[in-house]
Amino acid sequence: MDINDPQLMRSIIMDHYQYPRNRRECHDHDCKSVHMNSESCIDDIMVYVKLDHGVIKDFRFTGQACTISTASTSILSELVKGKTLDEAKHIIMEYRKMVNLESFDAETLEEAIAFSNIGKQANRIKCALIGWDALSQIIAESEE
Amino acid sequence: MLDLNHIRAQFPILKTKMSGKPLIYFDNAATTLKPQSVINDVTRILSSQSVNIHRGDYQLSYDISNEYEEARVSVAKFINADVNEIVFTSGATEGLNAIAYGLEHHLNEGDVILTTHTDHASNLLPWIEVAKRRKAKIEYFKLTEEGRIDLSKLDQALHSKVKFITLVHVSNVLGFINPVEDIIKMAHQRNMVVILDGAQSVAHIKMDVKALDVDFLAWSGHKMCSPTGVGVLYGKKEWLEQLKSIKLGGGSNAQFNEQGEVILKSVPTRFEAGTPAIESTIALKSALQFLDSVGMHHIHEHEVILKNHFLSKIQDFKHITVYNPSTDTGIVIFNVEGIFAQDAAAYLSSHGIAVRAGNHCAKLIHHVIGVTETLRASFYVYNTIDEVDHLVEVLRDITLEKCVDLYI
Repeated sequence: MDINDPQLMRSIIMDHYQYPRNRRECHDHDCKSVHMNSESCIDDIMVYVKLDHGVIKDFRFTGQACTISTASTSILSELVKGKTLDEAKHIIMEYRKMVNLESFDAETLEEAIAFSNIGKQANRIKCALIGWDALSQIIAESEE
Repeated sequence: MLDLNHIRAQFPILKTKMSGKPLIYFDNAATTLKPQSVINDVTRILSSQSVNIHRGDYQLSYDISNEYEEARVSVAKFINADVNEIVFTSGATEGLNAIAYGLEHHLNEGDVILTTHTDHASNLLPWIEVAKRRKAKIEYFKLTEEGRIDLSKLDQALHSKVKFITLVHVSNVLGFINPVEDIIKMAHQRNMVVILDGAQSVAHIKMDVKALDVDFLAWSGHKMCSPTGVGVLYGKKEWLEQLKSIKLGGGSNAQFNEQGEVILKSVPTRFEAGTPAIESTIALKSALQFLDSVGMHHIHEHEVILKNHFLSKIQDFKHITVYNPSTDTGIVIFNVEGIFAQDAAAYLSSHGIAVRAGNHCAKLIHHVIGVTETLRASFYVYNTIDEVDHLVEVLRDITLEKCVDLYI
């Protein structure tokens, strides 16, 4: 995947915005959920995560959100499903480096590299992090 | 016709740019821009008169106290009230909270507070809280399909359990002017009290509280060209006397002792505890002078011209849905097909155009328009047809691809 190919990066974002993956509710008793909204944006999403022996069995989300929030959360859902918590934490760490415009490992992030320039738009960084922050919160709570 | 060049020349911010483009400001329902006279007041006071009011026995304080009270006189004249019926607040939110909590002791179990689904959170949330505490009930006016108060259902709505009617004068989302004359008349025949949220009306249409016979009215100064931090609570004298003060402190009491006996000052001073936003309040007077110099009638007329022009230009755009095509004011809410409101707003911002995206703090509005998030363009006295045309041109060509490209 060429990070310098704007058409490809745009098509990744549009595809995940128009056809978000894993966008549905989860009401299973072993599914943890967290409600996220951002102050600067009008996003309002629910993230559902099912953990099983240190592995992310399922990741879903619902709600109303902008292109950046929806697409970044959709991409996240595909990236972390089936991963161990340590693997997920590594992916999240690399993603945070990227949105903070630090050097990062592109291979780890796969399609999430579509947001490599979001850090230049300070007012939208929170949108790009909304689902990722939710997952971080659920992981942190599971480790308490 | 308004002398727009003369009006625009008074607003220095209109010479600035956003995203490298000349600023086109269509978020006037959120706050309005400030004329030079208002800016001058603030800088003058902060530069050479930044002393407290009402307590210094020295010349500077005496002068600034006088100016502060002159602002009260100006506000009273502006809405045709008596000067002791004008309470300065921090804004409409504080005013509406002061009314709801201040009238709480009048509510008994089973009493009804009547309001609308189009009201703003700052009018609904205080009453929801007060109703919970007093085991009172909130009821909502029946609306027509387009979201106007259904006058044919007024008689049923104002039933014997209704004690307070609290509603928005002009909806900050739909832009409809509510038929408050009819409501107030019928309410008073039935001994009900009527409270108006004037946040979107006082700066846009001529307000005469005596003619309207409204009991309470609250609004914000910053939505009428003054700085932020000042607002007004109007109450009929007899109702202000019955309002409990929710804010106690310096300046509001005449005496108190360690036995807990407190004598409050008279109305309206008893409601103004603590040091107020002195420079903003004094600058409000200049803001009112500006509005008077244009004429309230002309302001409303101008907004309607801009709104009609906008609606006629976009009516053939298949990708734009307008939710309030019959709006009475300069407020238009719409969406672009397939583009989330905030993404469209960000795209407009890249063209120098400021509009609002969201639910506009009226979270029950989806009952009326069926969607929660919209774009809102709200026009004011300094906006021009050319600016509206520019918005139209950007909307003509907007695509999801272009919105996404801002971030790549």
